[in-house]
Amino acid sequence: MNITVNGEKRDIPQGSTASDLLSLLEMQNDKVAMEVNMEIVPRSQHSEFRFNEGDKVEIVRAIGGG
Amino acid sequence: MTNSSSDTFELAGKTYHSRLLVGTGKYKDMQETKLATEASGAEIMTVAIRRTNIGQNPGEENLLDTLPQSKYTYLPNTAGCYTADDAIRTCRLARELLDDHTLVKLEVLGDEKTLFPDVQQTYKAAEVLIKEGFQIMVYTNDDPIAAKNFEDMGCIAVMPLAAPIGSGLGIRNPHNIRTIVENANVPILVDAGVGTASDAAIAMELGCDGVLMNTAIAGAKDPILMASAMKKAIEAGREAYLAGRIPMKRFASASSPIEGTFF
Repeated sequence: MNITVNGEKRDIPQGSTASDLLSLLEMQNDKVAMEVNMEIVPRSQHSEFRFNEGDKVEIVRAIGGG
Repeated sequence: MTNSSSDTFELAGKTYHSRLLVGTGKYKDMQETKLATEASGAEIMTVAIRRTNIGQNPGEENLLDTLPQSKYTYLPNTAGCYTADDAIRTCRLARELLDDHTLVKLEVLGDEKTLFPDVQQTYKAAEVLIKEGFQIMVYTNDDPIAAKNFEDMGCIAVMPLAAPIGSGLGIRNPHNIRTIVENANVPILVDAGVGTASDAAIAMELGCDGVLMNTAIAGAKDPILMASAMKKAIEAGREAYLAGRIPMKRFASASSPIEGTFF
Protein backbone atom coordinates (compact mmCIF):
# COMPACT_ATOMS: atom_id res chain seq x y z
CA MET A 1 0.00 0.00 0.00
CA ASN A 2 1.37 3.39 -0.95
CA ILE A 3 1.23 6.45 1.25
CA THR A 4 3.19 9.71 1.29
CA VAL A 5 5.20 10.47 4.41
CA ASN A 6 6.72 13.95 4.76
CA GLY A 7 6.52 14.41 1.01
CA GLU A 8 8.04 11.02 0.09
CA LYS A 9 6.22 8.01 -1.33
CA ARG A 10 6.43 4.92 0.84
CA ASP A 11 5.21 1.36 0.47
CA ILE A 12 3.87 0.02 3.77
CA PRO A 13 2.09 -3.27 4.60
CA GLN A 14 -1.68 -3.28 4.13
CA GLY A 15 -3.50 -2.53 7.40
CA SER A 16 -0.55 -0.74 9.01
CA THR A 17 -1.40 1.46 11.96
CA ALA A 18 0.13 4.82 12.88
CA SER A 19 2.15 3.03 15.57
CA ASP A 20 3.38 0.51 12.96
CA LEU A 21 4.60 3.35 10.74
CA LEU A 22 6.45 5.05 13.60
CA SER A 23 8.15 1.73 14.44
CA LEU A 24 9.03 1.18 10.79
CA LEU A 25 10.66 4.62 10.74
CA GLU A 26 12.37 3.92 14.10
CA MET A 27 10.52 6.85 15.64
CA GLN A 28 8.48 4.92 18.18
CA ASN A 29 10.34 6.55 21.06
CA ASP A 30 10.51 10.03 19.57
CA LYS A 31 8.37 12.95 20.55
CA VAL A 32 6.47 13.60 17.32
CA ALA A 33 3.01 14.63 16.17
CA MET A 34 1.20 13.07 13.23
CA GLU A 35 -1.23 14.50 10.74
CA VAL A 36 -2.99 12.43 8.07
CA ASN A 37 -4.66 14.27 5.19
CA MET A 38 -4.43 17.51 7.21
CA GLU A 39 -6.15 16.01 10.27
CA ILE A 40 -4.26 15.37 13.50
CA VAL A 41 -4.11 11.75 14.63
CA PRO A 42 -3.72 12.03 18.41
CA ARG A 43 -1.06 9.96 20.11
CA SER A 44 -3.78 8.11 22.04
CA GLN A 45 -5.15 6.78 18.73
CA HIS A 46 -1.87 5.73 17.10
CA SER A 47 -2.34 2.03 17.84
CA GLU A 48 -5.84 1.90 16.30
CA PHE A 49 -5.53 4.32 13.39
CA ARG A 50 -5.09 2.44 10.08
CA PHE A 51 -3.83 4.03 6.88
CA ASN A 52 -5.62 3.99 3.56
CA GLU A 53 -4.06 3.91 0.12
CA GLY A 54 -2.81 7.36 -0.90
CA ASP A 55 -2.87 8.90 2.60
CA LYS A 56 -0.71 11.96 3.00
CA VAL A 57 1.12 11.80 6.31
CA GLU A 58 3.12 14.50 8.05
CA ILE A 59 5.28 13.69 11.06
CA VAL A 60 6.64 16.72 12.87
CA ARG A 61 8.85 17.51 15.82
CA ALA A 62 10.07 20.57 17.73
CA ILE A 63 13.39 22.02 16.61
CA GLY A 64 15.35 25.19 17.31
CA GLY A 65 13.61 28.31 16.03
CA GLY A 66 13.04 31.94 16.87
CA MET B 1 12.29 49.94 46.54
CA THR B 2 11.33 47.38 43.96
CA ASN B 3 14.11 44.89 43.58
CA SER B 4 14.50 42.59 40.63
CA SER B 5 13.58 39.43 42.54
CA SER B 6 10.13 40.78 43.45
CA ASP B 7 9.52 42.20 39.98
CA THR B 8 7.73 39.44 38.13
CA PHE B 9 5.31 39.24 35.25
CA GLU B 10 2.47 36.90 34.51
CA LEU B 11 1.72 35.07 31.34
CA ALA B 12 -1.07 32.56 30.92
CA GLY B 13 -1.42 32.22 34.69
CA LYS B 14 2.25 31.52 35.31
CA THR B 15 4.70 33.86 37.04
CA TYR B 16 8.08 34.56 35.46
CA HIS B 17 11.15 36.28 36.85
CA SER B 18 13.07 36.67 33.61
CA ARG B 19 11.79 39.20 31.11
CA LEU B 20 14.08 37.88 28.42
CA LEU B 21 12.52 35.31 26.11
CA VAL B 22 14.79 33.54 23.67
CA GLY B 23 14.60 31.72 20.39
CA THR B 24 16.53 28.52 19.86
CA GLY B 25 17.33 28.81 16.15
CA LYS B 26 20.57 29.54 14.30
CA TYR B 27 22.97 28.05 16.87
CA LYS B 28 25.91 25.99 15.64
CA ASP B 29 24.91 22.94 17.68
CA MET B 30 22.72 21.74 20.53
CA GLN B 31 25.42 22.36 23.13
CA GLU B 32 25.70 26.01 22.17
CA THR B 33 21.90 26.30 22.23
CA LYS B 34 21.88 24.91 25.74
CA LEU B 35 24.70 27.05 27.10
CA ALA B 36 23.40 30.28 25.57
CA THR B 37 19.85 29.62 26.75
CA GLU B 38 21.15 28.96 30.27
CA ALA B 39 23.33 32.09 30.23
CA SER B 40 20.35 34.20 29.13
CA GLY B 41 18.42 33.23 32.26
CA ALA B 42 15.33 32.91 30.06
CA GLU B 43 12.41 30.84 31.32
CA ILE B 44 10.44 30.92 28.07
CA MET B 45 11.88 29.75 24.76
CA THR B 46 10.47 29.52 21.27
CA VAL B 47 10.68 26.40 19.14
CA ALA B 48 9.75 25.71 15.53
CA ILE B 49 7.60 22.82 14.34
CA ARG B 50 9.12 21.02 11.37
CA ARG B 51 9.08 17.71 9.55
CA THR B 52 11.14 14.95 11.13
CA ASN B 53 14.15 13.85 9.08
CA ILE B 54 13.28 10.31 8.13
CA GLY B 55 16.30 8.03 8.08
CA GLN B 56 18.70 10.89 8.69
CA ASN B 57 20.83 11.64 11.74
CA PRO B 58 19.62 8.72 13.87
CA GLY B 59 20.30 9.30 17.53
CA GLU B 60 20.56 13.05 16.92
CA GLU B 61 20.25 15.08 20.09
CA ASN B 62 16.70 16.25 20.64
CA LEU B 63 15.82 19.78 21.73
CA LEU B 64 13.19 18.41 24.12
CA ASP B 65 15.89 16.39 25.91
CA THR B 66 18.51 19.15 25.95
CA LEU B 67 16.17 21.91 27.13
CA PRO B 68 13.38 20.00 28.86
CA GLN B 69 9.83 21.27 29.24
CA SER B 70 10.14 20.66 32.97
CA LYS B 71 12.64 23.52 33.08
CA TYR B 72 11.46 25.85 30.31
CA THR B 73 8.11 27.08 29.08
CA TYR B 74 7.96 26.14 25.42
CA LEU B 75 6.59 28.68 23.04
CA PRO B 76 6.02 26.96 19.69
CA ASN B 77 6.00 29.44 16.84
CA THR B 78 4.42 29.58 13.42
CA ALA B 79 7.59 30.87 11.75
CA GLY B 80 7.61 30.38 8.01
CA CYS B 81 3.80 30.57 7.71
CA TYR B 82 2.48 33.01 5.11
CA THR B 83 -1.21 32.18 5.45
CA ALA B 84 -3.65 31.94 8.36
CA ASP B 85 -4.37 28.31 7.40
CA ASP B 86 -0.71 27.27 7.65
CA ALA B 87 -0.37 29.02 11.00
CA ILE B 88 -3.53 27.37 12.37
CA ARG B 89 -2.33 23.97 11.19
CA THR B 90 1.09 24.51 12.80
CA CYS B 91 -0.47 25.48 16.14
CA ARG B 92 -2.70 22.41 16.14
CA LEU B 93 0.32 20.18 15.50
CA ALA B 94 2.24 21.95 18.25
CA ARG B 95 -0.59 21.35 20.70
CA GLU B 96 -0.60 17.64 19.89
CA LEU B 97 3.20 17.41 19.91
CA LEU B 98 3.60 19.08 23.29
CA ASP B 99 0.73 17.28 25.03
CA ASP B 100 -2.16 19.73 24.88
CA HIS B 101 0.10 22.74 25.13
CA THR B 102 -1.92 25.83 24.20
CA LEU B 103 0.59 28.69 24.58
CA VAL B 104 1.83 29.67 21.11
CA LYS B 105 3.60 32.47 19.33
CA LEU B 106 1.50 33.38 16.32
CA GLU B 107 3.24 34.97 13.39
CA VAL B 108 1.95 35.14 9.84
CA LEU B 109 4.47 36.65 7.50
CA GLY B 110 3.82 38.95 4.58
CA ASP B 111 6.89 38.66 2.41
CA GLU B 112 10.29 37.04 2.42
CA LYS B 113 12.34 40.18 2.04
CA THR B 114 11.08 42.00 5.12
CA LEU B 115 9.42 39.16 7.05
CA PHE B 116 6.97 41.84 8.13
CA PRO B 117 3.73 40.42 9.49
CA ASP B 118 0.65 40.08 7.32
CA VAL B 119 -1.64 41.59 9.92
CA GLN B 120 -4.86 40.67 8.10
CA GLN B 121 -3.91 36.99 7.95
CA THR B 122 -2.73 37.19 11.55
CA TYR B 123 -6.19 38.47 12.67
CA LYS B 124 -7.80 35.61 10.78
CA ALA B 125 -5.58 33.00 12.41
CA ALA B 126 -5.93 34.54 15.87
CA GLU B 127 -9.72 34.48 15.66
CA VAL B 128 -9.83 30.74 14.90
CA LEU B 129 -7.09 29.80 17.37
CA ILE B 130 -8.61 31.75 20.27
CA LYS B 131 -11.92 29.92 19.68
CA GLU B 132 -10.00 26.65 19.84
CA GLY B 133 -8.58 27.57 23.24
CA PHE B 134 -5.08 28.65 22.28
CA GLN B 135 -3.29 31.27 24.34
CA ILE B 136 -1.73 33.54 21.79
CA MET B 137 1.31 35.74 21.98
CA VAL B 138 1.07 37.56 18.70
CA TYR B 139 3.86 38.98 16.56
CA THR B 140 2.76 42.18 14.87
CA ASN B 141 3.83 45.55 13.53
CA ASP B 142 4.74 48.46 15.78
CA ASP B 143 1.23 49.72 15.10
CA PRO B 144 -0.76 50.82 18.18
CA ILE B 145 -4.11 50.20 16.48
CA ALA B 146 -3.26 46.65 15.44
CA ALA B 147 -1.82 45.97 18.91
CA LYS B 148 -5.06 47.10 20.57
CA ASN B 149 -7.15 45.04 18.14
CA PHE B 150 -5.19 41.90 19.02
CA GLU B 151 -5.67 42.59 22.72
CA ASP B 152 -9.42 43.12 22.23
CA MET B 153 -9.67 39.84 20.32
CA GLY B 154 -8.25 38.00 23.32
CA CYS B 155 -4.55 37.56 22.60
CA ILE B 156 -2.75 37.12 25.92
CA ALA B 157 0.31 39.14 24.88
CA VAL B 158 1.14 41.43 21.98
CA MET B 159 4.64 41.41 20.52
CA PRO B 160 5.40 44.32 18.22
CA LEU B 161 8.57 44.16 16.18
CA ALA B 162 11.44 46.55 16.88
CA ALA B 163 12.74 46.13 13.33
CA PRO B 164 12.67 43.30 10.75
CA ILE B 165 13.41 39.80 12.07
CA GLY B 166 17.14 39.13 12.19
CA SER B 167 18.01 42.68 11.07
CA GLY B 168 19.63 43.86 14.32
CA LEU B 169 18.48 47.41 13.55
CA GLY B 170 17.19 48.02 17.08
CA ILE B 171 14.06 49.92 18.14
CA ARG B 172 13.13 51.82 14.96
CA ASN B 173 10.01 53.44 16.36
CA PRO B 174 10.32 53.97 20.10
CA HIS B 175 7.36 56.37 20.16
CA ASN B 176 5.00 53.75 18.77
CA ILE B 177 6.32 51.12 21.17
CA ARG B 178 5.68 53.51 24.04
CA THR B 179 2.15 54.21 22.80
CA ILE B 180 1.45 50.48 22.49
CA VAL B 181 2.68 49.96 26.07
CA GLU B 182 0.59 52.86 27.41
CA ASN B 183 -2.60 51.58 25.75
CA ALA B 184 -2.19 47.95 26.76
CA ASN B 185 -3.81 45.80 29.42
CA VAL B 186 -1.87 42.70 28.37
CA PRO B 187 1.91 42.17 28.42
CA ILE B 188 3.74 43.89 25.57
CA LEU B 189 7.01 42.30 24.45
CA VAL B 190 9.31 43.55 21.76
CA ASP B 191 9.88 40.70 19.34
CA ALA B 192 12.45 40.84 16.56
CA GLY B 193 15.00 43.39 15.42
CA VAL B 194 17.13 43.74 18.55
CA GLY B 195 20.84 43.88 17.67
CA THR B 196 22.74 44.39 20.88
CA ALA B 197 22.34 44.88 24.61
CA SER B 198 21.49 48.59 24.47
CA ASP B 199 18.54 47.84 22.16
CA ALA B 200 17.14 45.43 24.72
CA ALA B 201 17.64 47.99 27.49
CA ILE B 202 15.79 50.64 25.46
CA ALA B 203 12.83 48.30 24.93
CA MET B 204 12.62 47.79 28.67
CA GLU B 205 13.07 51.49 29.43
CA LEU B 206 10.07 52.16 27.19
CA GLY B 207 8.04 50.04 29.58
CA CYS B 208 7.82 46.77 27.70
CA ASP B 209 7.14 43.71 29.82
CA GLY B 210 9.82 41.73 28.06
CA VAL B 211 11.85 41.16 24.93
CA LEU B 212 11.98 38.11 22.70
CA MET B 213 15.12 37.65 20.64
CA ASN B 214 17.08 35.00 18.82
CA THR B 215 19.53 36.23 16.17
CA ALA B 216 21.05 38.93 18.38
CA ILE B 217 22.31 36.16 20.66
CA ALA B 218 22.77 33.20 18.30
CA GLY B 219 24.45 35.33 15.63
CA ALA B 220 26.93 37.07 17.95
CA LYS B 221 30.61 36.07 17.74
CA ASP B 222 30.29 34.69 21.26
CA PRO B 223 26.64 33.76 21.72
CA ILE B 224 27.03 32.67 25.33
CA LEU B 225 28.62 35.96 26.37
CA MET B 226 25.97 37.88 24.43
CA ALA B 227 23.23 35.90 26.19
CA SER B 228 24.70 37.04 29.50
CA ALA B 229 24.92 40.65 28.24
CA MET B 230 21.27 40.55 27.17
CA LYS B 231 20.21 39.24 30.56
CA LYS B 232 21.88 42.20 32.25
CA ALA B 233 20.54 44.70 29.71
CA ILE B 234 16.97 43.50 30.25
CA GLU B 235 17.39 43.79 34.02
CA ALA B 236 19.07 47.20 33.78
CA GLY B 237 16.43 48.56 31.41
CA ARG B 238 13.64 47.28 33.59
CA GLU B 239 15.11 48.80 36.74
CA ALA B 240 15.64 52.11 34.96
CA TYR B 241 12.00 52.07 33.85
CA LEU B 242 10.80 51.37 37.39
CA ALA B 243 13.19 53.94 38.85
CA GLY B 244 11.85 56.64 36.52
CA ARG B 245 14.37 58.47 34.41
CA ILE B 246 15.09 62.21 34.68
CA PRO B 247 13.48 64.43 32.09
CA MET B 248 15.70 65.52 29.20
CA LYS B 249 16.65 69.21 29.15
CA ARG B 250 18.48 71.26 26.60
CA PHE B 251 20.85 72.95 29.06
CA ALA B 252 22.98 72.00 32.04
CA SER B 253 22.16 71.89 35.72
CA ALA B 254 25.16 71.65 38.03
CA SER B 255 25.54 68.54 40.15
CA SER B 256 27.58 70.25 42.91
CA PRO B 257 25.95 72.96 45.07
CA ILE B 258 26.67 76.57 44.21
CA GLU B 259 26.27 77.55 47.88
CA GLY B 260 29.53 77.49 49.89
CA THR B 261 31.80 78.26 47.01
CA PHE B 262 34.84 80.28 48.26
CA PHE B 263 36.10 81.63 44.95
